[in-house]
Amino acid sequence: MKSTGNWIKSAGLGLGILAAGAVLAATAAPAKAQGTLTVLCGVQEEWCKAIAVAFEKKSGTAVAMSRKSAGEALAQIRAEAANPKTDVWWGGPGDPHLQAAEEGLTLAYESPQFKDLQPWAQSQYKQSQGRSIGIYAGALGFTYNTELLAKRKIQAPKCWADLLRPEFKEEIQIANPNASGTAYTALATLVQILGEDKAFDYLKKLNDNVNQYTKSGSAPAAAVARSETLVGVIFMHDGINQKINGFPVDVAAPCEGTGYEIGSVSIIKGSKNLDAAKAFYEFALSPEGQATGAETKQFQMPSNRKSATPPEAPNLEAIRLIDYNFQKYGTAEERKRLLSRWDAEIKSVAR
Amino acid sequence: MRPRSAIWLALGWVGFALLPWFAGGGTQPALEPPAPGPAGSALIDGLTNGRWWLLPIALPLLLALAVTALPRLRPRQPAALLAAGAFGLAWVAVQGFAIGLDGWAWGWLGSLFGPLPRGQGGYGIGAVLTVLSFLFLMTSGFAGLGFMKGDRFTAGAIGLVLAAIAAFVFLPVGYVLSGAGDTGDGGFSLVALAGRIAAPDIWRLSCLTEAKACGVVWNSVFLAVLTGIATTLLGLAFALVAVRTGFRAKKLLRLLTVLPIITPPFVISLAVILLFGRNGTVTLALSDWFGIPVSRWIYGLPGVLLTQTLAFTPISFLVMIGVVQGIGPSLEEAAQTLRASRWVTFRTVTWPLMRPGVANAFLISFIESLADFGNPLILGGNLEVLSTKIYFAVVGAQNDPGRAAALGIILLCLCLGAFWVQRQWLGKKSYATVGGKGDNGIPSELPRGIRIAAYATALPWAAFTFILYGLILFGGFTENWGRNNSLTLRHYLAAFDLSWGPGGLIWSGRAWGSLFTTIEVAALSAPLTAAVGLLTAYLLVRQQFKGRGAFEFLTMLSFAIPGTVIGISYILAFNQPPIELTGTVTILIICFVFRNMPVSIRAGVAAMSQIDRSLDECSLTLGAGSVQTIRRVILPLLRPAIVASLVYSFVRAITSISAVIFLVSPKYELATAYIVGRVEQGDFGLAIAYSSALIVLMSIVIALIQFAVGERRIGRRTATSATLQEKPV
Repeated sequence: MKSTGNWIKSAGLGLGILAAGAVLAATAAPAKAQGTLTVLCGVQEEWCKAIAVAFEKKSGTAVAMSRKSAGEALAQIRAEAANPKTDVWWGGPGDPHLQAAEEGLTLAYESPQFKDLQPWAQSQYKQSQGRSIGIYAGALGFTYNTELLAKRKIQAPKCWADLLRPEFKEEIQIANPNASGTAYTALATLVQILGEDKAFDYLKKLNDNVNQYTKSGSAPAAAVARSETLVGVIFMHDGINQKINGFPVDVAAPCEGTGYEIGSVSIIKGSKNLDAAKAFYEFALSPEGQATGAETKQFQMPSNRKSATPPEAPNLEAIRLIDYNFQKYGTAEERKRLLSRWDAEIKSVAR
Repeated sequence: MRPRSAIWLALGWVGFALLPWFAGGGTQPALEPPAPGPAGSALIDGLTNGRWWLLPIALPLLLALAVTALPRLRPRQPAALLAAGAFGLAWVAVQGFAIGLDGWAWGWLGSLFGPLPRGQGGYGIGAVLTVLSFLFLMTSGFAGLGFMKGDRFTAGAIGLVLAAIAAFVFLPVGYVLSGAGDTGDGGFSLVALAGRIAAPDIWRLSCLTEAKACGVVWNSVFLAVLTGIATTLLGLAFALVAVRTGFRAKKLLRLLTVLPIITPPFVISLAVILLFGRNGTVTLALSDWFGIPVSRWIYGLPGVLLTQTLAFTPISFLVMIGVVQGIGPSLEEAAQTLRASRWVTFRTVTWPLMRPGVANAFLISFIESLADFGNPLILGGNLEVLSTKIYFAVVGAQNDPGRAAALGIILLCLCLGAFWVQRQWLGKKSYATVGGKGDNGIPSELPRGIRIAAYATALPWAAFTFILYGLILFGGFTENWGRNNSLTLRHYLAAFDLSWGPGGLIWSGRAWGSLFTTIEVAALSAPLTAAVGLLTAYLLVRQQFKGRGAFEFLTMLSFAIPGTVIGISYILAFNQPPIELTGTVTILIICFVFRNMPVSIRAGVAAMSQIDRSLDECSLTLGAGSVQTIRRVILPLLRPAIVASLVYSFVRAITSISAVIFLVSPKYELATAYIVGRVEQGDFGLAIAYSSALIVLMSIVIALIQFAVGERRIGRRTATSATLQEKPV
């Protein structure tokens, strides 16, 4: 019967399609995963690559590294919680690391290098109950386009109050704190400097000068570099990075004081390469590992006191750092409350 | 003894008794890796390793064997096969979901039956083969009982497509949507769901009455309608110019319209910023020459509309050209013989025949615009649309997956609503114009007004696209685009450097790793997408079966789901047994196949509804089966649709970003994910150089696909062969 042969042929076709997928599924990654350390990386890509290569050379363990923004990394680790495919989350602001610790996604681990670390790095460790530790710090600040400022004969902003000056009308960019950890740090910083009600008054006035609430925290730095806006509120190392790339920008730390992020590292709970993960964690805390930052033109402050601070790094001692209360402003509750208030009072206003 | 059942039955036994049931080398240390060969099969493992729950799978296989082998039971064979297949599928699925890595995945079963000695990993090759066997035994049983007119191929194909959609669209989306009513502690409540969906910042209309921002839904719909209209008109204009006029530089025109589709969307956004941004070339020139004040108009709706129109016009063109080409000229000749003017002919004959194309083009652009992520992300300014809002609901500081799911439901409903409206508009008319009788007409010239309009729309747009691309290609060679335009090769060297080491050639450029993965994924997913899509289109257009409307609806679903939601849902669904795929290249391929399949289906449906059924009937009458008819009659006439779906799925696999941003793993990084990282950092040089290389690569592949598939040869006279016989894109 003719249709019989056809049926078999067509069924064979269908089988071929699915079998191809199945064979791939069956033979792909799991077997290969053994022995390769999988790292989610929250800093700039060059640095990710550099530390991966340096660690491979030192330990002989192969590293698979992927750059993810803090939110993406946290979302992925959360989604994989039942069966983690990742071993280490390295870099990125401390807040989401604390969140991961709060949700029990990461593993407590005590490092012999703990005593060599800066106090802020140790405080990240204490707050996360040992599940996360600081590897670098970056202060919040302004970046501005020097060319445009000179052209319009405007003084560079030096203080938070300067941002309210009328000549900056529609010339300031800052990320939306609902989307970006950078902007949330800025919001919490202002609340801590001015008090909550005054901070929201300030933000309402600032709203007239903001032309766009960007979605990514470092986007204002890129916009300032391309002359799309005069001033951006960012983590200072992002601005310095644009300066090194050859753009006419400079950075400043606010005179009233400023907040900062603690770039952190955490080991994922359920890591299948625990020994390698611990080795990487140690490497990330060591002066040798932290030197990879400056080598790739990343100018955060390293957390190990024995590490050399790159000369370009914003000197944390010269910056008036506030005593940022990570404990209070890192909790999900406080975060939600402030962000809802921001949404209601700032975001929904005319734009 | 029927060989077909026997073959599937045999494969089912092979999968059950000989091949390893579980995938890979064990997913956690406590779970020893299953041994290769028969030792790791469900049969042996179930007998020797204490996984007793695998053994009942033998029952349906034995039943099927009995009714196949014993002549006495032959009359009951269809019903028995149906029952065996259904039971087998259900058992494999239920045990897979109920028993996870650490034993019972559903707690109440544990309290009922006590703890299990061990858990289990994800399905492997043996399980997949057994599942396929059960599936085809079941559909074979259905056909034997007289469903689908007893056509086993149709039954099997429908079963296969449905099963695949269930596993790779419904299952993951189900995971996300159940999160929309998540109460925060793992529970589900309709109140939470309703609260999230009705949130005022989604629906408020305050922009009409006062100076406040409107709800995100209205922004999205407004943008999508504008984009849909703009792209459909442009696509139509291009198609008319390309097919129905004596325009000379058609090749160039087609090239230009295809360019934007082979470009990662954010690259167009960057080029647009560098042209029209506050410091853009055009902006500064306008301000210097005409004193037009510098503004930020590009950030927001105008900019996103512009880039989306640039990006989606080619898709609409690809849909429209197949339709415009397929319109039988003899109908128009008949109208003109009856003294209708060119304009009346166009209005009463040509236009109505183009309606499926117009509707499909609009539908695709509308949905693409709703789901677009890259352009609103870069150019959106303070404009909030659903796709970006969903993304930031997941990754943002306020991390709220429940809200993302609720927004996802709204987006889904919008897309399905558009689909429904399109169905209503097209109605149940016949659009067949390619018949077995052959068509000897000469395509008529367009009426003057339409021709001028088509030229006036298509040509400036083509010129604009051309300039934009010139800029992009040029930008890869400049030191620092926009600031220092001296020429350099350093970006290309950084990305694609090669060097000789002791072990031979070293791919030392930074882009090679992601480029190789990207090509592998795109090359594997494109033919799969085209095959599944056209098979589905064939079922939809050519087969009459109960629930065809519902079937069509289901196949379109994945298109309506925004990429970001797909990405998250795939991680949730496929990170753990029974289907464990995260961190592999397979998950990327599957994601692309099911995401791009709807376009392939639409192209196939649009082209196939033009081919008269009498051709298949003729073939069937002459003794050919379904498969032979497809291969010898329909496929050759479907070449434009095949090209469209191959090209589209290949290109989309290379350029899409939102769906895969959560799926790329450190081992399998894709080009777009890498490039977005460079853009984020302001390293436009390398991003643009890499994108240019991708553009060149995709052009070559498209040319190859074109060459390999060939063109549709419809028996038609031509006025002057040079102008009217154009190759389909």
